[in-house]
Amino acid sequence: MNLQVLPKGALVEWIELLSARYRVIGPKRKQEVVQQQPAGDTQQPPREQYIFGELQGAHELELSYPSTILPPKKVFLPQKEELFSFKDNGHQVDLQLDERRTVIFGIHTCDLHAVLLLDQAFSQGAADQHYMARRANTTLVSIECLEPCSENAFCKDMGTWIMPETFDLHLTDLGHEYALEIGSAKGSELLQNLTNIRTATETDYWRFNQVISAKWARFPYRLEADLSELPSLLAISYRSQVWEELGQQCLGCGTCTAVCPTCYCFDVVDEVNFDLTSGKRFRVWDSCQFGQFASVAGGHDFRNSRAARLRHRFYHKFKYQSDSFGLAGCVGCGRCAEACLVNIKPIDVINKLHRKRVAVSGKRQEVMG
Amino acid sequence: MSLPLIETFSTTSAYLPLVARIADVRPLTQLEKLFTIELPGDLSLKHAPGQFVELSVFGVGEAPFSISSSPSRSNGTFELCVRQAGQVTDALHALGPGDAVGVRGPFGRGFPVRRFRGKDLLFLPGGLGLAPLRSLINQVLDERSNYGRVIILYGARHPSELLFQDELTLWSAREDVEVQVTVDRSDGNWQGHVGVITTLIPEVQLYAPNTVAFTVGPPVMYRFVLVELLGKGIREGNIWLSLERRMKCGIGKCGHCQINHLYTCLDGPCFPYAQIKRLEEAL
Repeated sequence: MNLQVLPKGALVEWIELLSARYRVIGPKRKQEVVQQQPAGDTQQPPREQYIFGELQGAHELELSYPSTILPPKKVFLPQKEELFSFKDNGHQVDLQLDERRTVIFGIHTCDLHAVLLLDQAFSQGAADQHYMARRANTTLVSIECLEPCSENAFCKDMGTWIMPETFDLHLTDLGHEYALEIGSAKGSELLQNLTNIRTATETDYWRFNQVISAKWARFPYRLEADLSELPSLLAISYRSQVWEELGQQCLGCGTCTAVCPTCYCFDVVDEVNFDLTSGKRFRVWDSCQFGQFASVAGGHDFRNSRAARLRHRFYHKFKYQSDSFGLAGCVGCGRCAEACLVNIKPIDVINKLHRKRVAVSGKRQEVMG
Repeated sequence: MSLPLIETFSTTSAYLPLVARIADVRPLTQLEKLFTIELPGDLSLKHAPGQFVELSVFGVGEAPFSISSSPSRSNGTFELCVRQAGQVTDALHALGPGDAVGVRGPFGRGFPVRRFRGKDLLFLPGGLGLAPLRSLINQVLDERSNYGRVIILYGARHPSELLFQDELTLWSAREDVEVQVTVDRSDGNWQGHVGVITTLIPEVQLYAPNTVAFTVGPPVMYRFVLVELLGKGIREGNIWLSLERRMKCGIGKCGHCQINHLYTCLDGPCFPYAQIKRLEEAL
């Protein structure tokens, strides 16, 4: 491992250097926090919220943020993006590919794992050039989480609380300095012209190891089933009453899929200009939680209840993607649980399914003596 | 030499349609029209029966359609049988010869025709299900000596909804094709069989071990047809279905066509029953 060390004070210069060459996106405070406090309720100040946004300078960067409202997927897969424009009823078509050179600064490891999953989904088979163009021109600077961000996060269970094998540049907070691990040529390019950087000494390595190993005890396991058991737990739970109960609660609003770092389902829509012969085709986020998502022209809906749609989401995350990619489709970031209006939380759902199975097998053991 | 259309996508964007021209429009029923689409230049679709294309009306949108013409009769054009049932199909029905449409494809897994050589083939299209099966039927008839018996049992709701009536007459007239047509509800002039498609199956004498069945129709039809076919002793791997879903992207990304872990646009739309019988979301 080739470790570099950068004093925190050099961050201002670094962001400035990067901004000259790249569009720099990082975690920052959400600006327009207009939360109306109910009269008399002074107990709870509005919770600070963070977003990934374009940085005007290092002063905006909030590297100790807990989590962001939306994950960095919005950079690669904007909520609405133009695929192409057309003129003369399609006889002239102009492809839109976004090739802006971009750095995303301060990505947590869960979100980095999520980007790698999106990479698989969009590159396998027929590649999605719109995603690939953005991805190829983007460098990711990840940062090690030293504290759990939320009781809804279960990154340790999902194995995403530490870095993946593939990364560009990774930061670890050592107090007054950052340790920098270089994972790719793209990552190393970001260090060009940086004057304050130095190679780590033996003491630095020792401090670095201390910081990393202290993580273990701080991060709790929250799932009662092991990651490797989840596909089989789901395989035997397809007809569980749990899905019906959740279907009764679920509002079908699709918030969970919007804030999910690995959800990428989309719809394609046309917008036509006043001349009726020119216009644009867009890709927009869609959600498997919406009614009509799985319906066909005749009106038949192949997933016609909220219970079935919610179950599909859980199966896609914890079974189908594990089966086909060898990687779970959930990184345990907890955003869906934070955002859900009726408190549906993956930790609770999985633990509930697991307890039911444990109870059943316990009974069986009794019967069998 | 003609270039397969799908090879033109890799260099640009998989979502960018190629501009093609409507060469002919033929009304089939009150709701369905047959569109002949002509690809530009030297391009040809190079599809397999059972595959689908994404067809665009620029400014309105894009939708998946199964290809209705046989690859053996392509010649730079292909045919789509389109029912007027939504925004894109409304717009399409308003177009005529010479108008531009966008084409992407062909997509999906079609019927593996070569695997059926020497077999007796039983076709059971219901309603609009004849559109994709016509592609396979005509390919089989164009190389008729490669196959055993060819039996077509076609069901529609009403005589006015029968598709490809001229071709049905041609097929019926052939001595090497057995055709039976039924309607759910008769009208005054209908002389033929009345009843749902499953009522035709018991009367057919088959040698089940050598029979491959192909059925395409609405989901409710599959449940009943499958019971009859399995009852006849046809093997689960020898019953082929084409499943309808809203394949939006055609390349396994958008998520709309998922059937449990399968993507209809990649793994299907044509499936042997053995592959999908345990999938809760399939039928």
